[in-house]
Amino acid sequence: MTEPRKPTIVVDDIHVQYKTFASGKAASDRRSLMQRQRGVRIVKALKGVSFAAYEGESIGVIGHNGSGKSTLMRAIAGLQQPVKGAVYSVSRPALLGVNAALISDLTGEKNVMLGGLALGMTPEEVEQRREGIIEFSGIREFIDMPMKAYSSGMAARLRFSIAISRDHQILLVDEALAVGDKDFRAKSEQRIRELREQAGTVFLVSHSMRSIMDTCTRVLWIDHGTLKADGDPKEVVRAYKKSQ
Amino acid sequence: MTEIDYAALAREAGLPRVGARQALPTYLKEMWQRRHFAVRLAQYRIEGSLNQNRLGLFWVVLSPLLQAAVYGLIFGVILPKDTREGINFIPFLVTGFFIFTFFSKSFAQGARSITGNTSLVRSLSFPRMLLPVAAVLRNLYELVPMMAVLVFILIGFGEFPMWTWLLVPVILAFMTMFNLGVALIAARLTVHVRDVTEVIPVITRLIFYTTGIFYSLEQVLADQPHWMLTAARLNPIHDFVELVRWAFMGSETDMTQLAVIAAIASVVTLIAGVFFFWTAEERYGRD
Repeated sequence: MTEPRKPTIVVDDIHVQYKTFASGKAASDRRSLMQRQRGVRIVKALKGVSFAAYEGESIGVIGHNGSGKSTLMRAIAGLQQPVKGAVYSVSRPALLGVNAALISDLTGEKNVMLGGLALGMTPEEVEQRREGIIEFSGIREFIDMPMKAYSSGMAARLRFSIAISRDHQILLVDEALAVGDKDFRAKSEQRIRELREQAGTVFLVSHSMRSIMDTCTRVLWIDHGTLKADGDPKEVVRAYKKSQ
Repeated sequence: MTEIDYAALAREAGLPRVGARQALPTYLKEMWQRRHFAVRLAQYRIEGSLNQNRLGLFWVVLSPLLQAAVYGLIFGVILPKDTREGINFIPFLVTGFFIFTFFSKSFAQGARSITGNTSLVRSLSFPRMLLPVAAVLRNLYELVPMMAVLVFILIGFGEFPMWTWLLVPVILAFMTMFNLGVALIAARLTVHVRDVTEVIPVITRLIFYTTGIFYSLEQVLADQPHWMLTAARLNPIHDFVELVRWAFMGSETDMTQLAVIAAIASVVTLIAGVFFFWTAEERYGRD
């Protein structure tokens, strides 16, 4: 390496906890109104994760269900405040997740408008890009139907198309590629590569080792809230597969 | 693995912390830049809520009108006439009910604006204040056709336009500020304590009866100790309702006191609401 690389994201020892309401055995026996902790259990989702990401990297994030991958993405995006530690970033990362439903009562077209506006575009910019977004999503014939009538795959495609319509310096993709069909997946992978070339950093959470190997230059393996491995995709994926 | 000082690395590269709450002026500026989001959200919410009904947009006006009719029918018969002497009852009732609806719906929808949009809050980062703003904006939009219908009702019942009608938008502008302040406070409280949603209908009901929708508080409380009327007038919603009635229909009561209370309440509530909501910006969508 000739010149020092510039970090785009630095994650410094973050701990994330969820407060959740439990019942049955998990809840404590002493239930009283004055006690704030009535049936509240604290789930430690991340227990001290640190790493630095650099320009032009495409980072895959792997791990078992419930290992804290999605929490890590939400913490990087600033949607989940860590109880300890901090995330630093050159620009506000954009998170794109499967659960990122917009408003299901409204038609796809209106969701395109709202999603674009929420991403910080002006109404004119959304108008300009609308055709491109609808084209990319490949669900033109359903665009005038409310999103609640969509299949989960169709909804995810539309959300993905909205999110990538704008150039992001940092894009976090949470399992989005797993839902599309083959054609859509190929298109998305192409778009992610383009984004990366624009000196962006892309995070990709997926259970599909194939799409991780295809698109990523580096892999993080999250296990029970800690960073178990960080490095070359081939080695990390091999170690991960071995552990299963 | 070598120990890396990540905090120092971030400092050297000059990276700001993600999700840090912005200073209030920056925050408000960003909100202004993204105002279209709140405007569209408000419009789409109205369309979305109505396009499954056959009468569609008519319900915006029809629903409060029917409710006003129920109250008018029941209480108009039960309550003695001396609770509204010298008052043109139907325009009086409808004006009061429409203005009150603007408040009560802003309050209820504002309170749910964060907790009811969890998926939006969790997936996109935008100034959260836009959500309560959109809730109030939606009700402001719905108020427009209600006011148009009210004008017909007023004329139909012999209340003809006078110059004070021009003051109605000014009064409603102040009321919007007040409603927004209340919505912001309710939105944050609901995030902390979900139980608030259960209390809101009770509070709304209490305010409804102490506002004087189908009777004149001034007349009902005339025989009571004076402090009771003073206390009733400290309720800004009563003041807004009375001010709009005065502007539309005239009144012998002196409005200065009510106008002052209403104006102060609007400004104070809005500032308090913005500040209260903003201080918890990092916490929305966390639980």
